[in-house]
Amino acid sequence: MSTTDTKGTEKESADDLGAAGSQLSTAPREEAPNLPSLGVIGWARWFWRQLTSMRVALLLLFLLSLGAIPGSLIPQSGTDATKVADFMDRHETLGPIYEKLGLFHVYSSVWFSAIYILLFVSLIGCIVPRTWQFVGQLRGRPPGAPKRLTRLPAYTTWRTGAEPEQVREVALRVLKQHRFRAHVAGDAVAAEKGYLREAGNLLFHIALIVMLVAFAWGQLYKSEGNKLVVEGDGFANTITQYDDFKSGSLFSIDHDLEPFSFDLKEFKGTYEVSGPNKGTPRTYEADVTYSVGADGEEKRTTIKVNEPLKIGDSKVYLVSHGYAPVVTVRDGKGKVVYKGAVPLLPQDSNVTSSGAIKVLDGYRNADGEREQLGFNAFFVPSFAGEGQGTMLSQFPALLNPRLALSAYHGDVGVDSGIAQNVYQLDTRKLEKFEDSDGELLTERLAPGETMQLPDGAGSITFEKEIKEWAGFQVTEQPGSGWALLGAIAAIGGLAGSLFIQRRRVWVRAVRGADGVTVVEMAGLGRSESAKVPEELGRLAAVVYDAAPTAPDAPPERTQDQDPDPSDAQPTEEPSADTSTPDPQVVSAEGADKQ
Amino acid sequence: MTLAAATELAAVTDLSGVTELAAATNEQLAKYSDVLIHSAMVVYTLAFFAYIAEWLFGSRSKVGRTAAALTAGAGKKADAPAITVKQAGGTAVLERPQVVVRSATGARDVPDGPGAHGGDEKGDLYGRIAVSLTVLAFLVEFAGVLARALSVQRAPWGNMYEFNITFSTVAVGVYLTLLALKKNVRWLGLILITTVLLDLGLAVTVLYTESDQLVPALHSYWLYIHVSTAIFCGAVFYVGAMTTVLYLFKDSYENKLMSGGTPGRFATSVLERLPAAASLDKFSYRVNAAVFPLWTFTIIAGAIWAGDAWGRYWGWDPKEVWSFITWVAYAGYLHARATAGWKGRKAAYIALIAFGCWLFNYYGVNIFVSGKHSYADV
Ligand code: HEM
Repeated sequence: MSTTDTKGTEKESADDLGAAGSQLSTAPREEAPNLPSLGVIGWARWFWRQLTSMRVALLLLFLLSLGAIPGSLIPQSGTDATKVADFMDRHETLGPIYEKLGLFHVYSSVWFSAIYILLFVSLIGCIVPRTWQFVGQLRGRPPGAPKRLTRLPAYTTWRTGAEPEQVREVALRVLKQHRFRAHVAGDAVAAEKGYLREAGNLLFHIALIVMLVAFAWGQLYKSEGNKLVVEGDGFANTITQYDDFKSGSLFSIDHDLEPFSFDLKEFKGTYEVSGPNKGTPRTYEADVTYSVGADGEEKRTTIKVNEPLKIGDSKVYLVSHGYAPVVTVRDGKGKVVYKGAVPLLPQDSNVTSSGAIKVLDGYRNADGEREQLGFNAFFVPSFAGEGQGTMLSQFPALLNPRLALSAYHGDVGVDSGIAQNVYQLDTRKLEKFEDSDGELLTERLAPGETMQLPDGAGSITFEKEIKEWAGFQVTEQPGSGWALLGAIAAIGGLAGSLFIQRRRVWVRAVRGADGVTVVEMAGLGRSESAKVPEELGRLAAVVYDAAPTAPDAPPERTQDQDPDPSDAQPTEEPSADTSTPDPQVVSAEGADKQ
Repeated sequence: MTLAAATELAAVTDLSGVTELAAATNEQLAKYSDVLIHSAMVVYTLAFFAYIAEWLFGSRSKVGRTAAALTAGAGKKADAPAITVKQAGGTAVLERPQVVVRSATGARDVPDGPGAHGGDEKGDLYGRIAVSLTVLAFLVEFAGVLARALSVQRAPWGNMYEFNITFSTVAVGVYLTLLALKKNVRWLGLILITTVLLDLGLAVTVLYTESDQLVPALHSYWLYIHVSTAIFCGAVFYVGAMTTVLYLFKDSYENKLMSGGTPGRFATSVLERLPAAASLDKFSYRVNAAVFPLWTFTIIAGAIWAGDAWGRYWGWDPKEVWSFITWVAYAGYLHARATAGWKGRKAAYIALIAFGCWLFNYYGVNIFVSGKHSYADV
């Protein structure tokens, strides 16, 4: 197993350090993919080992990112169905192939799901044994010192007059003070620190699972609907009230819609009134009263663009707005046959709007026959002024509103059973009202003005009161709290995993051949890092203070405590190259001070 | 369904939440900004020549440590721990212990090169001048970005021009910070400044956009968090990617020496002065690993913002997809480093692919793909 993060030659280093370097991480050991010779169970075990190996995890990560690419380049039916239809029209051969491969809904396609499900099975298969292993490591003690401490990446030694037991005692105390887990094992103190790295890593991987489950849950149970509400009107959260509604595959209409209702009291929009950004929206606010449950208490609130109203798992977003001029339609006898606010759809950023007014029943024409009326409506909140001709708004607020109407009568076509767009007039079965020139009767009205229909057919009045409407999107995505929790845990775990170094320190103190105590200290990190020798230097300095150099140590001799002299080849201190100090030697920080 | 149209219009008309940014474009400031950016380019160009001078003078000195360490019977030496003990001439001076560092078994024991100046004094002088000029250019560019931001009274990343100038400023800032932290990274200067000049050249010619208002959906404090961390992560990833490329060159060079080959003179002159391949590899790993949690946070911040602004926190929008791909690619890189047989060069290739994904997320997605994020004016 890879214990020291070296390049290649794992075996050699394992021999070198024995158990000392083992289990600095719980990463699964890499095995050569030997094909099993046993039957079904052998194969299953083999397959499971492969699936939970780092190599396959890497491969699956790679596949996941590759698999995500087509969805960003090919139109997706989930986000833009018209583009998909367009693509199908333009590519006669490619289209059906893409369709078969699920390329129009990559992120819910079988193959993409297969990749991430495999990845997460692999992840779970990886986490469970690693967690056990880690718990085992926490219960056990840091492994004892390897025979040759000189072999370790950071090493220091000195001779001291203190007794070996004394040195070990000091070392144990110092290491514990530095929050190492330490114990005396034989002639040396063994210590380890940085377990949070492993804990962080496990937390991160577990958090990934939490996030995925929360996300999948949200997708399956989500719902999303839109509703246009005119000022003064209300909305209750039942499916029939929505203008349109989408939901995840496990969503159940009977159980899953949060019971609440709200009324739109007032919509307020303010706009930049001057400067180069004249007309740019500044605020949009919808004042609403809402109540939760069948007979909940009524509360007031304001919904803004980036501040949805949150009720349970549901959020109510303000997504659009427009004007709803109030009109009154009378028949030839002056009887009101229609009165109401007609929401119109904005066409540009200054809210030039269009729509249709339909009078479906209650109207009788001059001959007393039942008929329907239809009007094409254009509305501008800020008319440029007489002579400026075009019905294009100059500003989004109600500065100088005008309503232009053209009038039809006959069969609006609502009864035919085909769903109709309420904002468009189907003129196929309608007859024009004509003006004196025989053209379509069209008039532009200021608030309070009335347009007379010819031959005593009645009239339509553009009332002074002009309402606004707001478009709301109601979404419900359960599990988002869990997703957020998982995300926060993931970042925390990741930081622990990447910033904390797990390392071991050993302090050996033995009586040398000449009766003087020899202290050796060595450090080993999971990966090579400058921090390990630096920390060892600091620890050595503290231990050194308690066990200073033996005064009778022969100073000229290079010290060589290695049991196997051929192993350590002391070299002279580099002297020639002064401009660039030898990077291999780090001074024991603090040891030089005092 | 009738509201889709209305909703789309809303995206254009947009319902802005944040209001305090009353933003009358201040044309004067915008002009100052343009002048400052152009001035920064001039100073960067001077810095560029100073870095060139550093490399040129450095080539006079003969540094051959890598070659020395890897050839001439070095095979044995690499395995030997370099134990050094201070000797105090004759008298019994009480010596403090020295910590001896050795590479892990099996790793090459190659000393780091001295840097672009190659130990040459004049080269070093030019290098210092280059860094000073870089600091100056950075300050000027920073002022330019600031003026731009003030002129529109919003964060300076509303379009690709602004993104480019901000990005290069942050990248240079990261480099200077590393220098200030006494990290050995001056050798990165020439490549960095060359690419910064290219980036700015592209910005002021192709991508230039008059200072202008932001699409109001972008008015959210999550934008500030999300985009600023994204830019910062990009800059750090960029430093990591440049180092990775150098690592690949240096590693090939060392491999060639190990196998007894003689690399070309130019390669020798340049690569001898860079840190050892192992150091470069470690440095790029640290850099990439250090920002990876921040990149994770960036994506999550984006999701939170999307949740508030668009009613769903994750919708596989092209920008989201590519952020995700970048994230998975970097996760793959970190995994590769922990997987036997994938360390070293293979992991380095993954790191480069991951950075490629980051770049594509910025340029490619803005230019070739349309999605909700397409605020960028090309
Ligand atoms: C959703 C997919 C996954 C992602 C995004 C992911 C991400 C990461 C990241 C970012 C790290 C770096 C932390 C570090 O270097 O310490 C990491 C480490 C690790 N991952 Fe994963 N991982 C995923 C799946 C897996 C799977 C399936 C396995 C099991 C085979 C696994 C095993 C490990 C191990 C053992 C480490 C620690 C390596 C070490 O000790 O350096 N991961 N993972």
